[in-house]
Amino acid sequence: MSEAKPPLQRGGLTHISPWTAATALAGATLLLPVFVITASVFLPSGDIWRHLYDTVLAEYLRNSLLLALGVGCLSLPLGVLPAWLVTLYRFPGSRQLEWALLLPLAMPAYIIAYTYTGMLDVAGPLQSWLRAAFAWHYGDYWFPEVRSLPGAILMLALVLYPYIYLLARAAFLEQSACVVEVARTLGVRPAQAFFKVVLPLARPAISAGLALVLMETLADYGTVQYFGVATFTTGVFKTWFGLGSSIAAAQLSALLMLFVLCLLVLEQRARRLSRYHHTSARNTRLEPVTLRRHVALAAFCLCAAPVLFGFIIPAGQLLLWVIQTWHSSLDSSFLALVWNSMELAFITALLALLLALAVCYTRRRHAGLVTNAASRLLGMGYAVPGTVIAVGVLIPFTWLDRHLLAWYDALFGAGAGLLLSGTIFILVFAYLVRFLALSLNAVEAGLAKVKPSMDEAGRSLGVSGFSLLRRVHIPILRGSLLTGLLLVFVDVLKELPATLILRPFNFNTLAVRAYELANEERLAEAALPALAIVLAGIIPVIILSRAISRSRAAYA
Amino acid sequence: MLEVKNLTVAFDDKTVIAAVSLRLQRGNIGCLLGPSGCGKTTLLRTIAGFEQPGTGEVWLNDRMASSPNALLQVEQRGVGMVFQDFALFPHLTAEDNIAFGLQCLPDAARQTRIDEVVQMLAIADFRHKHPHQLSGGQQQRVAIARALAPRPHLLLLDEPFSNMDVELREQIARELRTILKQDGMTAILVTHNQLEAFAMADEIGVIRDGGLLQWDSAFNLYHRPSGPQVADFIGEGVFLDGIAISPTQIKTELGVLTGAAPHGHAPQTQVSVLIRPDDIVHDDNSKQTATVRDKVFRGAEFLYTLTLPNGTRILSLVPSHHDHAIGEDIGIRPQLDHLVLFQSDIAM
Amino acid sequence: MKYLPLLFSLLLALPTAPAEQVNVYSGRKEALIKPLFDAFTQETGIRVNLVTGKADALIKRLELEGERSPADLLVTVDAGRLYRAQALGLLQPVSSAQLERTVPEVYRDPQGYWYGLSIRARVIVYAKEQVNPAQLSTYEALADPVWSGQLCVRSSANIYNQSLVAAMLVHHGQDATEQWLRGLVANFARAPKGGDRDQIKAVAAGQCRLALVNTYYLAGMLSSAIAAEVNAARQVALFWPNQMDRGAHVNISGAGVTRSAQHKDSAVRLLEYLVSVPAQEWYGKTNHEFPIRAGVAGGEILQSWCEFKADDLNLTVLGEKNQAAVRAMDRAGWK
Repeated sequence: MSEAKPPLQRGGLTHISPWTAATALAGATLLLPVFVITASVFLPSGDIWRHLYDTVLAEYLRNSLLLALGVGCLSLPLGVLPAWLVTLYRFPGSRQLEWALLLPLAMPAYIIAYTYTGMLDVAGPLQSWLRAAFAWHYGDYWFPEVRSLPGAILMLALVLYPYIYLLARAAFLEQSACVVEVARTLGVRPAQAFFKVVLPLARPAISAGLALVLMETLADYGTVQYFGVATFTTGVFKTWFGLGSSIAAAQLSALLMLFVLCLLVLEQRARRLSRYHHTSARNTRLEPVTLRRHVALAAFCLCAAPVLFGFIIPAGQLLLWVIQTWHSSLDSSFLALVWNSMELAFITALLALLLALAVCYTRRRHAGLVTNAASRLLGMGYAVPGTVIAVGVLIPFTWLDRHLLAWYDALFGAGAGLLLSGTIFILVFAYLVRFLALSLNAVEAGLAKVKPSMDEAGRSLGVSGFSLLRRVHIPILRGSLLTGLLLVFVDVLKELPATLILRPFNFNTLAVRAYELANEERLAEAALPALAIVLAGIIPVIILSRAISRSRAAYA
Repeated sequence: MLEVKNLTVAFDDKTVIAAVSLRLQRGNIGCLLGPSGCGKTTLLRTIAGFEQPGTGEVWLNDRMASSPNALLQVEQRGVGMVFQDFALFPHLTAEDNIAFGLQCLPDAARQTRIDEVVQMLAIADFRHKHPHQLSGGQQQRVAIARALAPRPHLLLLDEPFSNMDVELREQIARELRTILKQDGMTAILVTHNQLEAFAMADEIGVIRDGGLLQWDSAFNLYHRPSGPQVADFIGEGVFLDGIAISPTQIKTELGVLTGAAPHGHAPQTQVSVLIRPDDIVHDDNSKQTATVRDKVFRGAEFLYTLTLPNGTRILSLVPSHHDHAIGEDIGIRPQLDHLVLFQSDIAM
Repeated sequence: MKYLPLLFSLLLALPTAPAEQVNVYSGRKEALIKPLFDAFTQETGIRVNLVTGKADALIKRLELEGERSPADLLVTVDAGRLYRAQALGLLQPVSSAQLERTVPEVYRDPQGYWYGLSIRARVIVYAKEQVNPAQLSTYEALADPVWSGQLCVRSSANIYNQSLVAAMLVHHGQDATEQWLRGLVANFARAPKGGDRDQIKAVAAGQCRLALVNTYYLAGMLSSAIAAEVNAARQVALFWPNQMDRGAHVNISGAGVTRSAQHKDSAVRLLEYLVSVPAQEWYGKTNHEFPIRAGVAGGEILQSWCEFKADDLNLTVLGEKNQAAVRAMDRAGWK
């Protein structure tokens, strides 16, 4: 019966549509930089590896691992506990904290590093005051060193925990009350129920958030460089710039990517092993429990702490600096900076979302090893430092440019300049490579809510294609689409290294301005653009939080 | 109305449906009955047009809808489908879900049709609520209403009662049957529960391992099973070994059983006779006795599990005022109108 | 999906042939060079298009863009990078009587591949109250165990440190330099972190007594609008090392015309402008660097520091020895 019959694909989709082909092409183009970096592994790099191995490699490895481990361990409770508290309990301020907890997302890691250093360093106001007040000298008293590995862990965890918070809260909101109630009837106390039921159910979402945090941590350059922590990323730059070997630098990056790939495979496996779904169709929403007195106060403190340290204090410090210096740094070019940043962030966020949609739908329709692996790889850019991405982008594009131009010259005679290099196009492309993971994650999570049977129900009711997309998918996905859009928006606002290398002539962003001033150690003057990044990032963060709350009000 | 001809469906070289043929008249309700994993849902999905057959054809309304080379798209088939998980659109209210397939109608006609099905399925009380605010039963009614609203030629229901309370299933199935019959709807239901099948369907197909064993009325499935697998799956009962001693008679441990019609087996053939619980009548005066091993109270009746003196196990339905203790010997008498029997080497 | 940015890129790529212009890739921060370019445009009518960034990354971009690169001029803040660009074949020699007359020979490439624009010296600063300047003498002496736990310096990833060590390699050779480095690292008060201003602040706060910094950072702090910066800077003093022998280690900020330059003449004019008297005065006053042009006075702060003797090592060697310097620092455990 089955002989001589080619296996049929489900859903009767046996041909590849032009749409799918276009997606595959776009995906392949976006994968180019990652491949270029990986391909460096096969190039000779002389005796540099010998030197690295003999001297610094072990330290890079150790520090990167400790950093990832530390940030992971710290950002997990910082993200999960407040998410649990604001979702399942009511206490004074809980509604405000619900969105305020996302605010540190708008704070670039290198900026928070600068502000805390400015405040707490040995020469900062606090220690200076201590010395003056008690007539101490340096060494007479103990004070934690901000610029150290633990300091870097703290800084990164403070600004990265919102990824975990965001996804954990969404997962908690979707959990039905029944699960918790059932657990309680089985004699499990509420606090235990959290660990035994609520947490395991939210595990896929939490581990997805953790993966983002770890990737961002491993790609961080600004903070660790400023804190003098030698990690893989600082090693990449030192190898490239100091030892003059871009090949060895790319090889180091490839090693970093390999590490992240292992991490992602592990995460994927953990998720597969624990594929939890709610089987009950009768979802009643969790009714938040109102906390009283001491417990409420404790909950408030627990949730307010990350906001205080991750946002209010550094933003306050920035504001103080701005007040001291705004008259010299606020000029007409500043508005252009704001506009440039917003424009780039918006275009990229939109394109990333469209691409993520295309990729996720292709994957949904043609589920298989190839599409799965491709969409995983497309997310890899998130773990690669921006500078390396930039070079990975420049290599194929300048090659393309040169060939396009040779062709152009043959047709029209010589004369044209580079078409792609040094344009916004290449910059946006690099952002897409770097940040597609964010929109992919968001769309994927949203698409999981659109069960295949809903597609089929729509089709059996005579609605298909774009009409089905418009009437069923987009309304259900709306929250997730917004999440993807805004996460990319905020990250592009903060992005620095790739922008520095790839931007066109006479084109600056807020991040570039903040970096240039901070790098000249004019922290106070850097505060205005830094604060502008934060402000520009806050608005989407608040929109995001409201959208999530609304989606919860509309349907679980 | 619906005709399935020699249909085979395979996924990745694994045959899921093998050479199935069946036919359903307009206005009738069919049922695909079988244990989970037998391929019944795949058959339903192939009829709906979600899967393409490897061989064979599906005809709807005298029009070929599926063949290995051609596939009429689901959205053009005019089939309604009720999914096991209901697949209600979470962002739409009950009423908007129902209106989903009615976009082509003018406003007034659409509202009329919505009101009709809302009334038919008694949805009025919760028509403006979102799916997550509804109970399972309410969600099911919305799902059925949504599928019925565009007046499909054929309604397909995939395990529609699996999310319901067990004690409500039969009742809801009967109510649904009434509604479908009032509407003159042709429908096919997939279930693994024979009581639902009996309550709903005019014709039932028993499916095992991708094959359609028998496509027949509930009565015939019960009383005239086409083979031991059907007999075993439908209803309760045991097989007793026996030997044909005449064209109408079989000798078994219960004595000589006589059928109303010739059984068609040559004398001295080893056979298995299907004994239903209602074939064994409790009779205190009977000389033949069996020992009570177990009993289940079913309201009007007890279902007794008995053993014959040689240890063979049989079942008997006894009016519930005959309450015997376990271990007690009671008198029994076989009372068979027609014999259901299979040659031993093919019996299970 | 990609129409939008493509459209953007076309809009930006097409109108690239207006009047006269010159395209600059600058490792120097915008605030420290743009005002000069604006003045140049005002004077000559030649538009200056600018991309700033990390010099190494810009060199990579230049390299990848190849012959078609739009850049005409590469500006860096150290000679090592200019040497590297030259070695990669990314620069072209230009000759200009004005440049050759103005820029001293040690501060430019012999063939005219690049020219220095300002001088930056790496010096020792010390805590006024704790260190007697008589104790200080040379870079070499900083490795003396007497300073154990007293020295602050930034990371070995920093080009100023790399150049200093490269100069040591030239003067003393491999073995002596590595031995010096080990002594120096042993004297570190803390793991290297932060920038040069941080080192000054650490000295002021008492975490260390000595630091190696570039002069203009100290000057910048002294003229800062922020009181804390000024206070910190006032607690330290500057010491010119090696005045009795070869002189203090200096580096330059400089620029070279790219090989792909399509506006070579304008680029040379811009170079000439950058060493003109007004531009050189601006350097001195705004960024407190030493003018490369003789006879140009810096700002008050520069004038308050006495004349110093600079190492007259040809800066090309800093580039040549850069890799060796980094390796030596790695081996010595300078993080």
